[in-house]
Amino acid sequence: MDYDVNGTTIAADEEGYITNLSEWSKELADVIAVNEKIDMNEEHWEVVNFLRDYYEEYQIAPAVRVLIKSVKKTMGKEKGNNKYMYELFPYGPAKQACKIAGLPKPTGCV
Amino acid sequence: MADGDDIRKMAHPLEIPRLACGAMADLEPFRAKPEHQEPLGFPGELVENWKEKALEKMADIASKNRAFQVYLETCVKCGACTDKCHYFLGTGDPKNMPVARQDLLRSVYQRYFTFAGKYFPKLVGARDLTEDVLNEWYSYYHQCSECRRCSVFCPYGIDTAEITMAARDIMAHIGIGQKYSNEIIGKVHKIGNNLGLNPKALRATLEDLEEDIEDETGISVRIPVDEKGADILLITPSADFFAEPHIDGLLGYAKVFHEAGVSWTVSSYASEAANFGLFIGSYEQMRDISIRIRDAAKDLGVKRIIFGECGHAWRVGYSFLNTLAGPFDFLDQNYPVPQHILDFTWQEMQKGTLNIDKSRNDHIRLTYHDSCNVARASRITDEPGSQFEIPRNVIKAVCNNFFDMDRETTHESTLCCGGGGGLLTDDLMELRRKGASPRMTAVQQVTEDHGVTHMAAICAICKTQFSKIMPEFGYEMDSILSVHQLVSNAIILTGQEIDDEAGEGE
Repeated sequence: MDYDVNGTTIAADEEGYITNLSEWSKELADVIAVNEKIDMNEEHWEVVNFLRDYYEEYQIAPAVRVLIKSVKKTMGKEKGNNKYMYELFPYGPAKQACKIAGLPKPTGCV
Repeated sequence: MADGDDIRKMAHPLEIPRLACGAMADLEPFRAKPEHQEPLGFPGELVENWKEKALEKMADIASKNRAFQVYLETCVKCGACTDKCHYFLGTGDPKNMPVARQDLLRSVYQRYFTFAGKYFPKLVGARDLTEDVLNEWYSYYHQCSECRRCSVFCPYGIDTAEITMAARDIMAHIGIGQKYSNEIIGKVHKIGNNLGLNPKALRATLEDLEEDIEDETGISVRIPVDEKGADILLITPSADFFAEPHIDGLLGYAKVFHEAGVSWTVSSYASEAANFGLFIGSYEQMRDISIRIRDAAKDLGVKRIIFGECGHAWRVGYSFLNTLAGPFDFLDQNYPVPQHILDFTWQEMQKGTLNIDKSRNDHIRLTYHDSCNVARASRITDEPGSQFEIPRNVIKAVCNNFFDMDRETTHESTLCCGGGGGLLTDDLMELRRKGASPRMTAVQQVTEDHGVTHMAAICAICKTQFSKIMPEFGYEMDSILSVHQLVSNAIILTGQEIDDEAGEGE
């Protein structure tokens, strides 16, 4: 299940997670988001950017709670909660937002 | 799928469905790629002489595991198990009747290893091992969560889970593994846990959680990592470091340890209780994962090992740990090796070390889901029935409103959450939904009868599965709770100042 970004093919696995993380770009994120039926707004980007920064530092996506804490700081209390995260990313911030951010899928009992 | 993706409406949790032949025949989880197979010592793809290799492996399992052979040879087709599987109840596919699922392998075993099957195959329903049969195995042996409910009702005690495990083991050995489980096991070998949470990330996460406790309570409660010389090593599913509501359970353990005044630590090397080696039926994988725990305990010089809330981890811990990775003679023999966190907490409660305000859970009307591997494959202490009583004792000690579900769906008869046994993967979501419907029907009953709002569980898989599934049945995502989350809500830490607003205790 590959993506097409302006004529360039970006390889992804069966579930749409890109296989070469260095191939990520903002344009690709938009393409993945369309595929996920998500209309990216500023708040989606805020989350995606946080995930990417965190990943760069720790080589793994943050726990949802850590993400929410950061969102609380930047977007305020009414948006810094699990419910709002699921409004932004209906399939879950951990998986769906990671996919758009070009990060590997969190594995395990999560 | 023939009958689409709809969840069956059930009049009661055990209502027998109309048969839907072949309804789930097309469903299978993603197959492992060479990069998931090879690090585990399995061939990367289907080997050329796969049939010979598969039969060789089957013979090997039968020779080493007498139970497997007995299970294959004893079934008298009495039918007692037919309506006991939640996947059959939820899908109506007759191949999900435990006996029929077992027969997918039994028929092949008969063909090659029994007199009647060798010479009169048609007479006994013995089948050649063909590619179609192999594909059928892959599909239906990933529609069994190894929950062992059927085996409770089998007059011979035939354990379907053992047959499922053997089938998966045979398949992995000829190059057909399941991506979800094998990718995860690879991460445990490489990084130490299912998630791939490295030591730096683990430390950062736990520091963050310490901050959360302090913000909530005003008390500094530690969640130590790799602390040499600590008395207790906590082995807990890595979901406890990552997912909701698992993390709240971890905070509960931390508060209990803090109040009990014991020194404890988690290990970044053995940062996983889960042992997917069990799910794929691989003794070698199960052993290698278990040995990490032993090595960590030795390195850190601990005296005790305590397991957090995790179902199959506890089965491996309680039933097999000593065989797989023992002897544990270097630990303090005055304590169980390993000990369950609920046993620890219940003892502290009886000693009176915990200051509990039950009313802090008054916004919750609770039921409890017995996790299959704790309920049917282990006890919590040596006492028979402790696996049922101790969780309920702890719950009742911290929660005023507790209501058990239909007795035919609890204790040893508990229904699987629908995501156990290596099936908690997005590519099996349809099966997970349908398989959860018997359990969810039982939950809906207690909601109708007693106004139940929440359900607690002591297994990471159950918790994740229900947080995905409960919303489809009209519940909030956070209706599923960790038992130690309830404990965490109700504990008042020494020195903690209570403001009345905190009754909602997160």
